[in-house]
Amino acid sequence: MNVILILIPVSLAFAGAFLLAFIWSVRNGQFEDTDTPAMRILGEDDAVRAPLSNLSEPETENLK
Amino acid sequence: MQATAGFDSLIDRDSTARSSERATVCFHCGSPCTAAAAAELGTASRTDGKSFCCAGCKTVYELLSENGLDGFYNLAERSGKPVTVGANAVVDRYAFLDSAEVFGRFVHFQDASVTRVTFRLPAIHCVACVWLLENLFRLNPGIGRSSVAFTRKEVTVSFNPVQIPLSKVAALLDSLGYAPDLNLADLERKSDPVSRRLWLQVAVAGFVFGNTMLFSLPAYFGLDSFSGPGFKVLFGWLSLGLSVPVVAYSALDYWRASLFAFRQRRMSIDIPIAAGIAAIWLQSVWEVVSGRGEGYFDSLAGLLFFLLCGRIFQQKTFERLSFDRDYRSFFPLSVLRIDSQNASENRVALDRLAVGDRIRVRNGELVPADSRVLSEGAVIDYSFVTGESIPAQKTAGESVYAGGRQVGGSVDLEIIKPVSQSHLTSLWDQDAFRKPKGDAFDTLTHRYSRRFTWIILGIALASCLFWAVRSPDKAVKSFTSVLIVACPCALALAAPITLGTGQRLLGRQGIFLRNSGVIESLARVDTVVFDKTGTLTVPRSGSMRFLGEPLSALERRALFEVARHSTHPLAQRLVELVRPLSDSSVSSGRSTEAGMKFQETLGRGVSGFWNETEVRLGSRAWLAQTGIAVPETTDDSQSVWVAFNGKFRGGFALSSPLRPEVDTLIRSLQQDLRVELLSGDSERERDRFSPLFHGLESMRFHQSPADKLSHVRSLQDGGRRVMMVGDGLNDAGALREGSVGVAVVEEVGAFSPASDVILEASRLPQVRNLIDFSAAAVRVVRISFGVSTAYNLIGLAIAASGNLSPIDCAILMPLSSATVVAVACGATHWAGRRCLGAPLSPSVAESNNPIPAKTTTKEEKQS
Repeated sequence: MNVILILIPVSLAFAGAFLLAFIWSVRNGQFEDTDTPAMRILGEDDAVRAPLSNLSEPETENLK
Repeated sequence: MQATAGFDSLIDRDSTARSSERATVCFHCGSPCTAAAAAELGTASRTDGKSFCCAGCKTVYELLSENGLDGFYNLAERSGKPVTVGANAVVDRYAFLDSAEVFGRFVHFQDASVTRVTFRLPAIHCVACVWLLENLFRLNPGIGRSSVAFTRKEVTVSFNPVQIPLSKVAALLDSLGYAPDLNLADLERKSDPVSRRLWLQVAVAGFVFGNTMLFSLPAYFGLDSFSGPGFKVLFGWLSLGLSVPVVAYSALDYWRASLFAFRQRRMSIDIPIAAGIAAIWLQSVWEVVSGRGEGYFDSLAGLLFFLLCGRIFQQKTFERLSFDRDYRSFFPLSVLRIDSQNASENRVALDRLAVGDRIRVRNGELVPADSRVLSEGAVIDYSFVTGESIPAQKTAGESVYAGGRQVGGSVDLEIIKPVSQSHLTSLWDQDAFRKPKGDAFDTLTHRYSRRFTWIILGIALASCLFWAVRSPDKAVKSFTSVLIVACPCALALAAPITLGTGQRLLGRQGIFLRNSGVIESLARVDTVVFDKTGTLTVPRSGSMRFLGEPLSALERRALFEVARHSTHPLAQRLVELVRPLSDSSVSSGRSTEAGMKFQETLGRGVSGFWNETEVRLGSRAWLAQTGIAVPETTDDSQSVWVAFNGKFRGGFALSSPLRPEVDTLIRSLQQDLRVELLSGDSERERDRFSPLFHGLESMRFHQSPADKLSHVRSLQDGGRRVMMVGDGLNDAGALREGSVGVAVVEEVGAFSPASDVILEASRLPQVRNLIDFSAAAVRVVRISFGVSTAYNLIGLAIAASGNLSPIDCAILMPLSSATVVAVACGATHWAGRRCLGAPLSPSVAESNNPIPAKTTTKEEKQS
């Protein structure tokens, strides 16, 4: 049964990783607006040119 | 109801006129194209054989197709919003946005190369809108990423202020048919950090709940026998470690709330919850540290997980609605100021207006501050601020109050009071707007838990004393066990689940509540007070009634031809009444009869000839002045008088039609509630409403906004719980003062004063059902309390005997919560079906349908 001593940290690490992923997604604002992304996907993605790179700002700005 | 019938027949006639033209509709917005417009625009270049209703729609189409954004039309056919202004004319309108102080308030992120701004665009309505607005960068190189929040109808745009000023961004949106709704009050609303924290708290509790359950399983199933006691100790310590973030982070709100309640010397549901959490944790820590057991950590994490899930469920908000608007959201952000030196016009921000400034207010615009009229032609519609249904005529030198809407031509005004000190806005200085509404501790749950908590403490102490005498080692354990079991998790879930479900069900009916707690106040309402103009009657659609011998067809025609040349609002309504049914010259709008000698005495009356018939139309005094014998009368309900060929003929009375089913609603409310009418309008409507409202004292006219507030206050002070139903700024005080304020809106998302409930005008007859349903929901909460108490009694019996084991706790707690949730949900849905009937179709209800049906006609929206 000593294998449990290895399995427990592994399982905790896995679950913890999912927790962190969830925390990241909440802080990233993914739960703020759950309707628009569902509609965005319907748009055509023939984007010939992306928005100027110097005009895309850091994601973390959402945090405030 | 004569008036209603007349109004309906007008609508019918309108729609038949339109249906004949439905053959060609605008490729952009789907509005019908008149033959003339289609011919004029259709032959121009680059329209690819598509027809447009106006130059604006065609411009948008060209702009989109030039930039490869035709995809807009593939996503949803004819989904564009009608555009009325050409792209160049709008830039001026937004120029004031570039002035430093306005700019600073709009922009919420700024560095050297990027500025980020959020606009509210009420026109957002479909998938194609989202797509178009997120592809703005293709239309202008200065624009970076833009993202739409569909439910809030907002777009956040990043742009480079060196390449494109803010005013141009706004103008670009406007030229696409998405005119930004610029007002500061809405922008001050930011995303709610509380709900983010709640999600994180749930996540932590859920994570710990799952893992400690795994560690507890060996103990529950007696696996120690073959794995040895070592694991028991290890699992105990692991669970202890995991429980720390739950107690320290997930339970944070309960610690704070109970501390607050304790400081206020008020008993609330949070105190037994916090005591339960503390008892579980301390008891478990003691068991693990002393090596006696593995504690109740799984129950602790589960408890918090369920409690927090209940909170998330309760946090339903209707994002596209704002329940806290005041006059600042109603007034425009900018006004047209006339420079006294060079007589030039420029747009300035509202709060930069000073006393003495001259401003120009155009047709349909609001008077932003108390002012004096400088030019002729001021006709102010006060229906939204005072409830008066007939627009008031003002001559030069008279004062006008803030909030009125100019109808007719443009008028020059001179500001005599600062915006914040005007007659109307001083209403917001009343006490009612300062103190928070309601008592946070006076809810069903808190009232129930007040009794509950003392009983639990009594039982805990009694069992502690009992065991202290019988066998002292069980005394502490039985004390903590009682607190653990009595932790009112199920009780705390009952109200959020029931009321939250109720709020959702009502949302599907087009009835939007500020929060789920409003249901409790609704259930206790015993008096309903209605506003008249705009609430019981349809605003700005007042139809005229002719009093006297019915007019002949010829007279109607003559009247029509003369009245249509006047811009006076009453003449305009008269035109609607006497408009001939089918006549080519009318629908095309061409002017007729070259020699008709039209004359208008501004604000008094008009005269003219049509086919040898002389028509005079105006006020009584004016007719008398021009030498017509007018019979004496005391009836002031008629506001427009008419004479043909110098002979007096009769008068027209203006009356706004009642909304459908209003009489049925009021009668059904009168069965068990007191119903009153508070109107800012004059007495002339009294006779019309007296059959509906019993007794003279239940109807009050000439009520100023402050009168309404104080009347509702005096009713409340007399022990009554008032539901105020109103629509305008003049009801704002009463809406705020009443136990429940219900704002009636023509269109969801349009301006409504601060209130607890926002009701679509078409759902007004549902007020009776709303009250019944709320009462039923409160009964459901009480039943759920009973269920949860029954579980608590079973648990208490075990706990007081000192034999509570972790596994009892692990079964009892989730089971009681699950039962309460099931009972609350099920019973509320049942009550909803019984009281409210079937929900509205999804396009009208809670969230507006993002993918419009391709056959939807725009006529309904425009009529």
